[in-house]
Amino acid sequence: MTLDTKHLEITLETQVESVNLAEEMCLRVAEAAGFGEDDCYRIGMSVREGVINAFHYGNEERPDKKIHLALDLTPEKMIIHVLDEGKGFNLNDVPDPLAEENLLSTSGRGIFLMRAFMDEFEVVPGRTGGAEIIMSKKLPAGGNSGVNGQSASKTPKKES
Amino acid sequence: MALRVTYRDAGSVTVVDLSGRITLGENSALLRKTIRDLLDDDRANILLNLADVDYIDSSGIGELVSAFTGVKKRGGALKLLQLTKKVHDLLQLTKLFTVFDVYSDEGTALRSFGEAATR
Repeated sequence: MTLDTKHLEITLETQVESVNLAEEMCLRVAEAAGFGEDDCYRIGMSVREGVINAFHYGNEERPDKKIHLALDLTPEKMIIHVLDEGKGFNLNDVPDPLAEENLLSTSGRGIFLMRAFMDEFEVVPGRTGGAEIIMSKKLPAGGNSGVNGQSASKTPKKES
Repeated sequence: MALRVTYRDAGSVTVVDLSGRITLGENSALLRKTIRDLLDDDRANILLNLADVDYIDSSGIGELVSAFTGVKKRGGALKLLQLTKKVHDLLQLTKLFTVFDVYSDEGTALRSFGEAATR
């Protein structure tokens, strides 16, 4: 993390309410950073899908496990990390929801939506042993990486 | 934002007016229960009016697909009416626009169920 990066992280319970909480938190940061309405929608949806993935597939809805959400706001982009405490997964094993045989599937579109809505997307093994989704969106021209309304601080700030 | 659901009869078609978000949790569960109740009541021609639904996540999409296949299994049809731009774009992105019958006009949508359904 560079000195120009703002960092925010929160540990969420494995419960449905965490999905809305994560979305609302990230939307506030995205709006303050200068993202427009459409990009805020895409970021909010991606965060929802990331946390739903952690809640349902990663932590298997087990309340003894946590979901770790982190945001990095650099001068160039907003980076979102969603880490679960599951067993991890390989992106290559995720079925293509656009394949004819999967179109009527009632699940399996979350990864696809995150990939479609964010500029960068990857899944890596997390420090918990679970999966860590890392996705980012470039800040709009004239965006504000100092989320408190000031330009980016030289001092890293960590909140929890 | 909680999902609100009301429904009304138009001949043998049931128009379900939805308002709010269709997302993971209670909102998706409410849609599931509504469809189940209608099918239990032998109302299998269903028009979902999404004019006031401005947000659907992957769970909501799954619920729409589940409703579509469940109604079809019962010999009925589930169609969509008046998509907002976000929902329209989402269904296009996920290729579900090719699966659902989508209408912008309620009269046209009702007639599409056929004479027997709207009599």
